[in-house]
Amino acid sequence: MSTNMLLNKIVRPSRNFVKLGRQSKRLCSTHVERKKSSDNSNGLFTEEHQQLRDTLKKIIDKEINPYVDQWEQEGQFPAKKVFKTLGNAGLLGVTKPTEYGGLGLDYTYSVALAEELGNINCGGVPMAIGVQTDMSTPALAKFGSDKLKREFLAPSISGDFVSCIGVSEVGGGSDVASVKTTAVKKDGDYIINGGKMWITNGAQADWMCLLANTSEGPAHRNKSLICLPMNLPGITVAKKIDKMGMRCSDTAQIYFEDVRVPQDHVIGEEGMGFTYQMLQFQEERLYGAAATVQPLDNLITSTADYCRQRKVFGSPLLNNQTIHFRLAELSTEVECLRSLIYRSVGDYVSGQDMTRLASMCKLKAGRLAREVTDSCLQFWGGMGFTNEVLVSRFYRDFRLLSIGGGADEVMLSIICKYMNTLPKPPKQK
Amino acid sequence: MSGFRILVGCKRVIDYAVKVRVKPDKTGVVTEGVKHSMNPFDEIAVEEAVRMKEKKLASEIIAVSCGPQQCQETLRTALAMGVDRAIHVITEPKEYESMQPIHVSKILSKIATEEKADLVIVGKQAIDDDCNQTGQMTASLLDWPQATFASKIEKSNGDLSVMREIDGGLETIKVKVPAVLTSDLRLNEPRYATLPNIMKAKKKPLVTKKPSDYGVDITPRQEIVSVEDPPVRQAGQKVESVEELVTKLKEAGLV
Ligand SMILES: Cc1cc2nc3c(=O)[nH]c(=O)nc-3n(C[C@H](O)[C@H](O)[C@H](O)COP(=O)(O)OP(=O)(O)OC[C@H]3O[C@@H](n4cnc5c(N)ncnc54)[C@H](O)[C@@H]3O)c2cc1C
Ligand SMILES: Cc1cc2nc3c(=O)[nH]c(=O)nc-3n(C[C@H](O)[C@H](O)[C@H](O)COP(=O)(O)OP(=O)(O)OC[C@H]3O[C@@H](n4cnc5c(N)ncnc54)[C@H](O)[C@@H]3O)c2cc1C
Repeated sequence: MSTNMLLNKIVRPSRNFVKLGRQSKRLCSTHVERKKSSDNSNGLFTEEHQQLRDTLKKIIDKEINPYVDQWEQEGQFPAKKVFKTLGNAGLLGVTKPTEYGGLGLDYTYSVALAEELGNINCGGVPMAIGVQTDMSTPALAKFGSDKLKREFLAPSISGDFVSCIGVSEVGGGSDVASVKTTAVKKDGDYIINGGKMWITNGAQADWMCLLANTSEGPAHRNKSLICLPMNLPGITVAKKIDKMGMRCSDTAQIYFEDVRVPQDHVIGEEGMGFTYQMLQFQEERLYGAAATVQPLDNLITSTADYCRQRKVFGSPLLNNQTIHFRLAELSTEVECLRSLIYRSVGDYVSGQDMTRLASMCKLKAGRLAREVTDSCLQFWGGMGFTNEVLVSRFYRDFRLLSIGGGADEVMLSIICKYMNTLPKPPKQK
Repeated sequence: MSGFRILVGCKRVIDYAVKVRVKPDKTGVVTEGVKHSMNPFDEIAVEEAVRMKEKKLASEIIAVSCGPQQCQETLRTALAMGVDRAIHVITEPKEYESMQPIHVSKILSKIATEEKADLVIVGKQAIDDDCNQTGQMTASLLDWPQATFASKIEKSNGDLSVMREIDGGLETIKVKVPAVLTSDLRLNEPRYATLPNIMKAKKKPLVTKKPSDYGVDITPRQEIVSVEDPPVRQAGQKVESVEELVTKLKEAGLV
């Protein structure tokens, strides 16, 4: 295999770039011998799904992973550049309509994509990509006017625009109905005042899918989603938030002061924003869960590799039953999560409501990610506590899963609604 | 150029990044459940052909892969990269284990003649068996000129001017078409198959043939006695300074 080894050196200089030499190598071998997850998945995936993953894997190995350490340090990754590369490969609009540059494929392709993005050596970049493909654009693609789609969706699919989703505010993230930002009609425009908090891609975005109150009245029927160009006067990106994880993804706090945007920038019907957003959340949640599976798998395998090499008390760490059994247990849990995701996707693709299952996926992914990263980190001992190994990065990055995009408790509330066990809110006296 | 046809070889091999393992019974290496992809040198060959077509130097590209059913995946990748149609010369997995460059060369030369190809481009070698024979043998069987280890291909007055990587450096030669070329690593950087092209590739023609359709007998004439792991590399040592390194090398009698 002499040439094989030579190619390894020449084709993948990536390995030399990566500071985490030992670790990244370990993870590389993991990817290659990755579980053939997509090969046998209840008929969900085809050869084309696999080819999509192969293309994405090449892009990750060449254009993303070699730079992740640097981006983590700088606290931002070049979204424009990375998105353009992905856009050129046709990967930012797999489920979007063909008239706007998408491929019009079903959601199974989004899930294959999300799973493969899990081979990126951090949580931040996949999250930013997910914001573009599955969080800020689904409602626009489904309900937006042709004009809006040409102006905002097409360039987001080609990778010329970076988008962000503006739902959460200082006053509330979980309670979406309580957002305070207003868009008041005046002379054919909306005048926007208020602010958004925790906005992923916020410092780099060309436009925001903004949730704002467009009228007085009941909280579930007074909101609209609006396409808001981020270069308008009155928009201030106040600060980039310093976070414990997802460090290469920029998270911004943004203020609006008398920002003027034409009324035709509203997505679909005025007053339907809350409903659209709840629909949009479903894809976001499934995407988030799907993007979790591969890294957890990779972590389990790399931890086993590490424990096989590490000798403690005279024998490989891995020979302790408590370790190899624990890893087997975790691997089982990951496969359960994967199956739940595939079931939800199956339902979604066949047109059924997946709210209940998607909420379960999101809940389980968040909980399991915490369990797997914590358990694996433990087995790396003191090394696990350093920033030299990927396990600590994922330990930090994945802590977000139980909070962002609807906290675990919010998922539980949704599941309870479907179980008819959620108490009615107390009558206001 | 109209009517200029390029034939490219696309071998399916174990992915370059996989740690290859020898089978316990030492009859070969483990291939089951292992990621495979197109031989990287063939990817370069495909890329070069596609670029020639984009520059209107060629009108049609045909990809050929010999081997088991899964070779069709490799051919689909070639189609997604821009190849026009594909020929899969199917063999039983068992037969394939003993298939040699001579068999593939016979098949390729037959197809080149049948399809009236003007140019055959194959990788300079495959990263699994490292044979480096198929291109040369194909040229010989066809009695066409060959330009191996190409790192630059240009058209000059109907001929091809090919820069080759040789031990001493670079050599440029001229060949008349029809010819056989083999691609070296630095010829180009292959593109990614984009998703739109992956989907389009599904509809491109792929025909399945048997070696016997080309009158090629692939009965093995040799037997694999044993496949062994390379000897394990001994652990290295870290040295603090150049001086220490030199001392150690002297001690070992290496300088
Ligand atoms: C890195 C990062 C990126 C983000 N990106 C975006 C983005 O791009 N766009 C966007 O709009 N938002 C984004 N968010 C915001 C995220 O969605 C919110 O943080 C999340 O919805 C939680 O809201 P909150 O932070 O206001 O917490 P709160 O709403 O104050 O909730 C705090 C905690 O209370 C508990 N809780 C909440 N509701 C209930 C309940 N009903 N029952 C029991 N317990 C409950 C939960 O444990 C929850 O974690 C991001 C956040 C982070 C940290
Ligand atoms: C921030 C920090 C400060 C430190 N400060 C000091 C210091 O001041 N002085 C000092 O001497 N040391 C210090 N240490 C070292 C610390 O005590 C060791 O990291 C710790 O004892 C674990 O050893 P290890 O890292 O070699 O892990 P290993 O011994 O390799 O163990 C790795 C993991 O294997 C598992 N494991 C180990 N043994 C068994 C077993 N028998 N059965 C099952 N599982 C097992 C555990 O989960 C363990 O976490 C420090 C470490 C850190 C991270």
